[in-house]
Amino acid sequence: MSVQTEARTVPSKRVERRAARARRIREPRTDRIFLFCVYLLLAVFFAVVLAPLLYIVASSFSSPEAVSSGRVLFWPVEFSLRGYHAVFQNPQIVQGYLNSLFYTVVGTIVSVTMTIAVAYPMSRRTLVGRNVVMTLILFTMLFTGGLIPTYLVVQSVGLLDTRWALIIPQAIGVWQVIIARTYFRTAIPDELVEAAELDGCGDLRFLWSVVIPLAKPMIAVVALMYAIMQWNSYFDALIYLKNPDLFPLQLVLRNILILNTTGGGAVDASVVIQRQQLADLLKYSLIVVVSVPVLLIYPFVARYFTKGIMIGAVKG
Amino acid sequence: MAVLTSIPPPAGETPTRPRRRRRERTTVTGLRRSLQRHWTLYLLMVVPLIWFAVFKYIPMSNAVLAFKSFNVTKGIWGSPWVGWQNFELFFHNPVFWTLVKNTFVLSVYTVAASFPIAIILALALNEIRNGLFKRSVQLVTYAPYFISTVVVVSMTILVLSPRLGIVNEGLGFFGVPAIDFLGNPDYFRHIYVWSDVWQTTGYSAVIYLAALSGIDPALHESALIDGASRLQRIRHVDLPGIMPTAVIILVLAVGNIMAIGFEKAFLLQNPLNLSQSEIIATYVYKTGLLNADFSGATAIGLFNSVINLVLLLMVNTIAKRITGNGLWS
Repeated sequence: MSVQTEARTVPSKRVERRAARARRIREPRTDRIFLFCVYLLLAVFFAVVLAPLLYIVASSFSSPEAVSSGRVLFWPVEFSLRGYHAVFQNPQIVQGYLNSLFYTVVGTIVSVTMTIAVAYPMSRRTLVGRNVVMTLILFTMLFTGGLIPTYLVVQSVGLLDTRWALIIPQAIGVWQVIIARTYFRTAIPDELVEAAELDGCGDLRFLWSVVIPLAKPMIAVVALMYAIMQWNSYFDALIYLKNPDLFPLQLVLRNILILNTTGGGAVDASVVIQRQQLADLLKYSLIVVVSVPVLLIYPFVARYFTKGIMIGAVKG
Repeated sequence: MAVLTSIPPPAGETPTRPRRRRRERTTVTGLRRSLQRHWTLYLLMVVPLIWFAVFKYIPMSNAVLAFKSFNVTKGIWGSPWVGWQNFELFFHNPVFWTLVKNTFVLSVYTVAASFPIAIILALALNEIRNGLFKRSVQLVTYAPYFISTVVVVSMTILVLSPRLGIVNEGLGFFGVPAIDFLGNPDYFRHIYVWSDVWQTTGYSAVIYLAALSGIDPALHESALIDGASRLQRIRHVDLPGIMPTAVIILVLAVGNIMAIGFEKAFLLQNPLNLSQSEIIATYVYKTGLLNADFSGATAIGLFNSVINLVLLLMVNTIAKRITGNGLWS
């Protein structure tokens, strides 16, 4: 029975679809040409953005000779992992990687905690004084003391040339506070607060066992924003750190790639070319190694990032 | 701050919750009662607020250094007052106009290039059906936004390198001799701006796409019935639909024109292209931290901050006029 009905529905569906197509207003020719141009344009966008990425990745998997002679285009030539081998043998890079992991993990935890700690009270309507505080917080977006005055504060607090210099001075982002506050306001109904108060649940307990579990998606977005910011930043390290052992990966990367300092050593004429080739290759591999963590998680979080933009957009 | 006021809130959330208006009590008793009731919440805010005081407000007060001649042993407050001397020195410095011009041109060029391109990408993406192609284009164009500035600059340098770069390889194929793009000041602005476009277009387009998805489909349907072509619908339905968002974004960009970031310009700089790549932010860094002229650098930074603030406030007023809605209320 079921087989028969299925068999019968297939052609009838096809007929229906054909009928529907016939009923629809056919797109005029100019529109179809226009649509074709749109697809073409998007393909160009796609190619232009992808090409440099592909070129870097392809080069990173090629042999040093192929890279130096410029034979690599968008596919590895003479496949080899020597670039990656060199990357992970460089003590500076490994140390930088570990440092960056530390800064990202600890920095994100500190930032998220601080952001919630200030954003949640700001979201409670019965809290007197929150408008004054919020104005003071928002004002820091408009006007800043500047580089040197901030540097002097970091210096006088004694953070200079310590790991905390990369975590504490940038701990709170005003934008993230706005996102968190707006989310707390819109996603947590006032009735819930009232019910909790009636049951004798204190503010902190309510925050911990009701608000935070409910706000998990937003907290994830904010945490990822902070994590990516921390992973990608180099400026604070540049101005606050002198000890190379504390350098995050981005600063190591800058020293190797942009300032071209791979660390010299004895120079043997025959080795020089080879070393130069390997140093070139290392750059490509290093770029991949640095960007992969972020690019791996990005497709999963891009959606939430978009949502985060929207949340921030709702007037606070 | 309602940067993107026109974007509809995510589904399922009601931003305008009916709000019970409480009668304003006198502030003091209100505060006391609130303190009693919510003392744990106030306690919670203490650490972040100390942070804001230390890392945001003390630097603002430290900016007074701009009017002093900094002396390490006497500290900021003990250093002698010199009035406008630091500012005058900067204004009379021959690099002053170069810095202002470089900062301004770089910024305006960036806005002029990236603003329309992001809109074009969003409009194009909005035209096509949801599917694998659309998703891949979005995924790929959005990706560079997550790559760090250091990596983007490194990639730029590698791609444009006269020795290794693929661009020169391509030019060589047509018999054009290798060009040292980064060593030539004339190319600096183009490199800066177009690598920026490469990095941020996909991200900016997302904002416009959100605005586009908020357009009432009935408008498109009625336009379709009236026989409007795709191009006409873009022109008369989509563009007016995203106009408020576009105006706010443009206005915000204009307000930030002198606040162009240090990070990228500094990385793309080299002694050869300095005549065009030195901007106010990088100059502040060099005078302040490399030459240890703290007062001078603070004065330049303050000058820049004040210009930014004035620009933002001006632009906000204009935005209020145009859209009836400021960047903040």
